[in-house]
Amino acid sequence: MTAPVPAPTLVSRAPGVAFIFKKALISALVALVLFSLMIGVRTEAGPTGQLIYWTRFDDLAAMVATVFGGSIVVELLRQWWGPVGTVRIVPPAAQDALVVARRAIAPVLLIFTFLVPVIFYDQRYILDLGILVLTYVMLGWGLNVVVGLAGLLDLGYVAFYAVGAYSYALLSTNFGLSFWVCLPLAGILAAFWGVLLGFPVLRLRGDYLAIVTLAFGEIIRLVIINWQSLTGGPNGVSGIPRPTFFGIPLIAGDNGLAAKLGIEYSPTHRIVFLFYLILALALLTNWVTIRLRRLPIGRAWEALREDEVACRALGINTTTTKLTAFATGAMFGGFAGAFFATRQGFISPESFTFQESALVLAIVVLGGMGSQLGVALAALTMIGGFELFRGFDQYRMLVFGVAMVLLMIWRPRGLIGHRAPTVFLERSQAISSELTSEGRG
Amino acid sequence: MSQDNILSVDHLAMRFGGVVAVNDLSFTAERRKITALIGPNGAGKTTVFNCITGFYKPTSGAMRLTHDDGRNIQLERLNDFRISKQAKVARTFQNIRLFPGMTALENLMVAQHNALMRASGLTFLGLIGAPSWRAAEKHAIDQATRWLDRIGLLERADDAAGNLPYGDQRRLEIARAMCTEPALLCLDEPAAGLNARESAGLSELLLSIRGDHGTSILLIEHDMSVVMEISDHIVVMDYGVKIAEGAPKDISDNPRVIAAYLGADEEEAIAVMEGGT
Repeated sequence: MTAPVPAPTLVSRAPGVAFIFKKALISALVALVLFSLMIGVRTEAGPTGQLIYWTRFDDLAAMVATVFGGSIVVELLRQWWGPVGTVRIVPPAAQDALVVARRAIAPVLLIFTFLVPVIFYDQRYILDLGILVLTYVMLGWGLNVVVGLAGLLDLGYVAFYAVGAYSYALLSTNFGLSFWVCLPLAGILAAFWGVLLGFPVLRLRGDYLAIVTLAFGEIIRLVIINWQSLTGGPNGVSGIPRPTFFGIPLIAGDNGLAAKLGIEYSPTHRIVFLFYLILALALLTNWVTIRLRRLPIGRAWEALREDEVACRALGINTTTTKLTAFATGAMFGGFAGAFFATRQGFISPESFTFQESALVLAIVVLGGMGSQLGVALAALTMIGGFELFRGFDQYRMLVFGVAMVLLMIWRPRGLIGHRAPTVFLERSQAISSELTSEGRG
Repeated sequence: MSQDNILSVDHLAMRFGGVVAVNDLSFTAERRKITALIGPNGAGKTTVFNCITGFYKPTSGAMRLTHDDGRNIQLERLNDFRISKQAKVARTFQNIRLFPGMTALENLMVAQHNALMRASGLTFLGLIGAPSWRAAEKHAIDQATRWLDRIGLLERADDAAGNLPYGDQRRLEIARAMCTEPALLCLDEPAAGLNARESAGLSELLLSIRGDHGTSILLIEHDMSVVMEISDHIVVMDYGVKIAEGAPKDISDNPRVIAAYLGADEEEAIAVMEGGT
């Protein structure tokens, strides 16, 4: 559009002014209706319980004006960037650089993650945040098997996280089993519950599957709350043993790891240990998933997502294929749950609400369904971004929501919008997500 | 003679509520032959296919599949994936059902799922990368490569199946069905949407599948040039019942068949036939 504007464009843009103005007016009107009660009037309970309210019409006017102006700007930008719908921001030269950057991002991210405890040794906040992000990376990778690969929409993933956490908490507090014995047990128990969930939902697809898995997540949570004699109900389980370095506790004193290594004890040791523990668990999840994708079972999962009828015609047992997907995803959720319990030292049903399931699912969808790197980036964006916006105070959720919406407009199929083939003859070329299906359960 | 039939369908009936889609249909398909099932739209051909391949459970009737070693399998007793896994019946679909987001090669690898699953020791041997699994995987890739070469898609092995032209997708679906190493291959309108040259190529492919692999083929087709060229035996259906059966030559002169296709009575049909061909 730097060249002299030809006449036809002028003609076609002439009605554009009226169009833009009209569109901005409609946007402003919608904003006025929406915000008149939300921003225009503020209500609060008075000291004696009566309703007090005051108006904020200046704020409302500012908001509507912003929407009006913003709408015009957005529409103008869209017209300048060529036909509506195509966004040409990145020049070809920069695209080559982007390809290189894309290749390098995974190794760089991995090396950086390994170095985080070294770089931020003194910053407890960063280390805790890192552990949190890695927990969600692991949960995301686990759910990715079910949702991303097998295309089974699971809204109750937190149930397996809870099963894992309670397995470790109860086994260790009641029977004194160590973390390393409980970890596989937690995985197995979660996988068992995954199969149990799998059976009734075998015939369900899409929305129906989502609702039943949602209910399943709630059932597990309600059982935990109400089975007081076993789980402690809403009070949760406390005094869960901290993890040990293969039997050597990370405590101050003669038996502790610090004393045995002959270094001075610091509470940070435990945090660093937890960091590397969850990193190892997450990498295990990643490694197993990458391996499984190249095995017949993984290909069958993806084929199931693409076309279940064709799978049956090829002699693939869709029942066991779905159940293994549920079980594998649930197992990783169980591992993450056991880690969560040992890290917190205290668990209660409040940690396993639907919000967690939704967050993990959002991570998988935002990452680009099926992409391991995408899920890791999305977990970093979601959890890290959430912390980043802490400064915005009461507008935190608003800013976060707007960021999410913008991201999905920019990348409708997730951050990593393509799938890498599991096997190739000559060259591995990425397949655009436009071709892959999301799966109908 | 009866031992040479790979498939014998006896008194097959399929009703959907009050609608009789297939009524008392009996026919046989000979081993290592191409049997075509033809008839006007809505005659019940695809329903028969869905019964044979386990997607429908027939209301009544029996379908017996006889393997090379004399083993008999009653298809109506197996369901869904077992038809392909145990009875070795493969099928393609009227509207192509490839895995569009997977490459052509991956599509053929998925088809070898059951063999690979055994080789990977139900995933566990594969997970640790056992040598026996690696050999099996290589074998599977070789087989897939051979098929890609045969259908002329070797160049596009690493392209997404959904990106292939229509005719290529049709051939890829047949190759995928063949990768399950079936005894009986059921093709639902394989020539639909193909141009004359592609149809000729398809005929050649099907003849070579029958000749080189000894696979018996059951075919639904509307393209009469393909049917007449490659079929050994033709079964004609109309309104869910069999109206004629025989060699291609006999079928093409059969007035009842022509009447069914033209929707006219027999005498008119004879007149058309004598005037037209």
